[in-house]
Amino acid sequence: MGETGGQSAIRLKGINKSFGSVHANRDIDLDVERGTIHGIIGENGAGKSTLMSILYGFYQADSGEIFVGGAPATILTPNQAIAAGIGMVHQHFMLVDNFTVLENIILGAEGAALLSGGISRARAELERLEKEYGLEVDPDALIEDLPVGLQQRVEILKALYRGADILILDEPTGVLTPAEADHLFRILRQLKDQGKTVVLITHKLREIMAVTDNVSVMRQGTMVATRKTAETTVEELAELMVGRRVLLRVDKGEASPADVKLSVEGLTVRDSRGVTMVDNVSLEVRAGEIVGIAGVAGNGQSQLIEAISGIRRAESGRVLLDGQPIRVTGSADPAELRERGLAHVPEDRHHMGLVLQFEENENSILGYHGADLYNSGLFQNIDAIRDDARDKIEKYDIRPPDCRLKTANFSGGNQQKIVLAREMEQDPTVLIVAQPTRGVDVGAIEFIHRRIIEMRDAGKAVLLVSVELDEIRSLSDRILVMFAGRVVGERGPEATEGELGLLMAGVEEEAA
Amino acid sequence: MATPYAKLPAWADYGLIPLINLVVAFFVAGLVVLLVGESPIKAATLLVQGAFGSGEGIGYTLFYATNFIFTGLAVAVAFHCGLFNIGGEGQAYFAGLGVAVPCLLLDGFLPWYLIFLLAIAGSALLGALWALIPAYLQAKRGSHIVITTIMFNFIAASVMVYLLVGMLKPAGSMAPQTRTFLENAHLPKLDWLLELFGASIRSTPLNLSFILALVMSGVVWALIWRTKLGYEIRTMGFSPTAARYAGINEVRIIIITMMISGALAGMMAINPVMGDQHRLQLDFVTGAGFVGIAVALMGRSHPAGIIPAAILFGMLYQGGAEIAFEMPNISRDMIVIIQGLVILFAGALENMFRPAVQTAFASLRPKSVGLEAKNAEG
Repeated sequence: MGETGGQSAIRLKGINKSFGSVHANRDIDLDVERGTIHGIIGENGAGKSTLMSILYGFYQADSGEIFVGGAPATILTPNQAIAAGIGMVHQHFMLVDNFTVLENIILGAEGAALLSGGISRARAELERLEKEYGLEVDPDALIEDLPVGLQQRVEILKALYRGADILILDEPTGVLTPAEADHLFRILRQLKDQGKTVVLITHKLREIMAVTDNVSVMRQGTMVATRKTAETTVEELAELMVGRRVLLRVDKGEASPADVKLSVEGLTVRDSRGVTMVDNVSLEVRAGEIVGIAGVAGNGQSQLIEAISGIRRAESGRVLLDGQPIRVTGSADPAELRERGLAHVPEDRHHMGLVLQFEENENSILGYHGADLYNSGLFQNIDAIRDDARDKIEKYDIRPPDCRLKTANFSGGNQQKIVLAREMEQDPTVLIVAQPTRGVDVGAIEFIHRRIIEMRDAGKAVLLVSVELDEIRSLSDRILVMFAGRVVGERGPEATEGELGLLMAGVEEEAA
Repeated sequence: MATPYAKLPAWADYGLIPLINLVVAFFVAGLVVLLVGESPIKAATLLVQGAFGSGEGIGYTLFYATNFIFTGLAVAVAFHCGLFNIGGEGQAYFAGLGVAVPCLLLDGFLPWYLIFLLAIAGSALLGALWALIPAYLQAKRGSHIVITTIMFNFIAASVMVYLLVGMLKPAGSMAPQTRTFLENAHLPKLDWLLELFGASIRSTPLNLSFILALVMSGVVWALIWRTKLGYEIRTMGFSPTAARYAGINEVRIIIITMMISGALAGMMAINPVMGDQHRLQLDFVTGAGFVGIAVALMGRSHPAGIIPAAILFGMLYQGGAEIAFEMPNISRDMIVIIQGLVILFAGALENMFRPAVQTAFASLRPKSVGLEAKNAEG
């Protein structure tokens, strides 16, 4: 990119970084032009975050050079990165929840022992920054009271306050509604217009196309290509990321819905603090159809499926599984529900769907471990368990194909396949799938989507919950949108993103 | 980066790291010995000789080890469920009743093996009962098991004092202990076992409960890794959320696990009461319940690790007594310090050297250790 003549903001040369035997970054060269938005895209584990952590001083490269603004820079700590004008907005916000916006912004740059002087100076500076970049936030609001979109804005302000010229954003849209994401992109463009340089790390191709000027693709620790965004296509980028051709759209035939297999009537769920998370929700899922629940994370989807699957007690309401009631307000037992044909792929596979310390074969029976097949007399039937696990490994192409390997050593996509194999192979009547492709690489997404559609075509009732709108739209036969614990609308699969986005933001509700 | 370091091979994980910890512990202990003006080399020689130098020494070492195997297994079973049972001391103490009562009542007319079976059942039952109340409070009320079990140690101590100076003491005796059991309630010694290996001995307290301890090690292994209950216990220990998802009843598993743990701690009472002293006396547990914590930590909560760890601590007990006897400058308290250092390095600081060892392994064998951690990011 250097030959295009733009002034260089960041130049990385021959960066190498290994963690033990894992070569996370291999001879990385990267050129980021000043005043551009530069996307870095790659699958999970491609080494994007490692590279940015090196640039921000969290890790030190084993070899290689960093140039900032054309001059060689030594960045061994985040403080040195900040001094060089590099700011970072992390995927998981680094904010103190019970501090105000202002207190968070000056955190680490408080100035003297007494806060008052620093605070008033900071307030003036913050107001200037907010005006200059159109980033309005109330400086005296508590972080915990702010929606995530605004929290992210505080993170950006924090970086700018420290004099960042180059802003690195790590997967910034994971927690945002489409509207909030659009707003973020507007902010990024504005930053660019003011001469700032933005590095955007993401695995979402759509975002790259929407907002970046240039894009670099990483795969398995190496930088495979850099393109001008205007001169490339989604298909080319996907192929570069995965290393082979990928089917981005899912092919599926017409649904042929039959009897109602799962019916939810007036379900209300409160969390441990007594806050109503699911508010009088009713829905039906028929055999042979996929019902998608769209919504921004935290609008009650998790509590809804946990209540249906017997993990969380509901306040009121009725749930029927294949016509028979589930005691959702009493002592519903997840094990019993499994026997009755309710399979559940939970959204949090690390804590709920899997025991990461277990061997693969032990996880492939989790929840079904009481089945006759896996036990003989007093003892578990270890041979049967392992044979069964090997079958699933083969059928779902789980890699590496070793049923004795510790589950934590599998990649995100393969871990998810372990869960899917376990739940789908039980031949359930109703399948609840939550966030099936979160943290899963592009290659595995295709496989997982195909499996879900196969389940539908085999006559299962599938309830899909996802915060990825693309996923909901391409898989679902009917789409329900949840907002603030309620189902605020139902649409067909042909609904536009804008239409669903408005529902997800609760706009429809206000109008009604 | 979730796990930047590669996985260690099993022999390093279970052999090398404990060994390094142990060497460091002994090194620091040596410094302490040096500080009081004695030769660490001589102390070390005395320690090993005292513990393994004679048939008698070995007998005592294994006798102590028997206690520690039981209490170590007890702590380990609870660990697998994510529970920290530090009430082994009290559970074993209280379970002494379960051994003594059948002995006192039946030693006149039943053969030893029947009394032995009853003592196993009795000690397990009372140990389990003593763990039941803390378990119930944890499962149902969320009272922390560490607090409640340690409180129950004190309660057990008081109850036992009350009983031993009261109804269990023979009339006219001045000592707070029961009468001595008749011959029928004495466990057979294992002197023949030591003689089998060519040791000549006058008398050691090593008795049949050592075999029972080994059998229970096997039972615990099978329970934890080969049964549905063990699977549920481990699921619960690693991830309560996953356990709930899998339909595992939290209350039930906590209570059952703690009762098994208490039963194992309780069985420890058989060794001193029925195997050696042949009467129930004050403080017969002598800290074995707490040593069990160190044994379980050092043995990585696996019976195959617990047995050698228990023998190591048996060696410290027996050899330590020898040092205290031979080197007047080193008092009994010094031995406790040395044991404490082993516990500190082997137990509490278990992970101190791990990162360094992992780095060393990764750089030594870059290709063969672990896997390409494709989930390294995020």
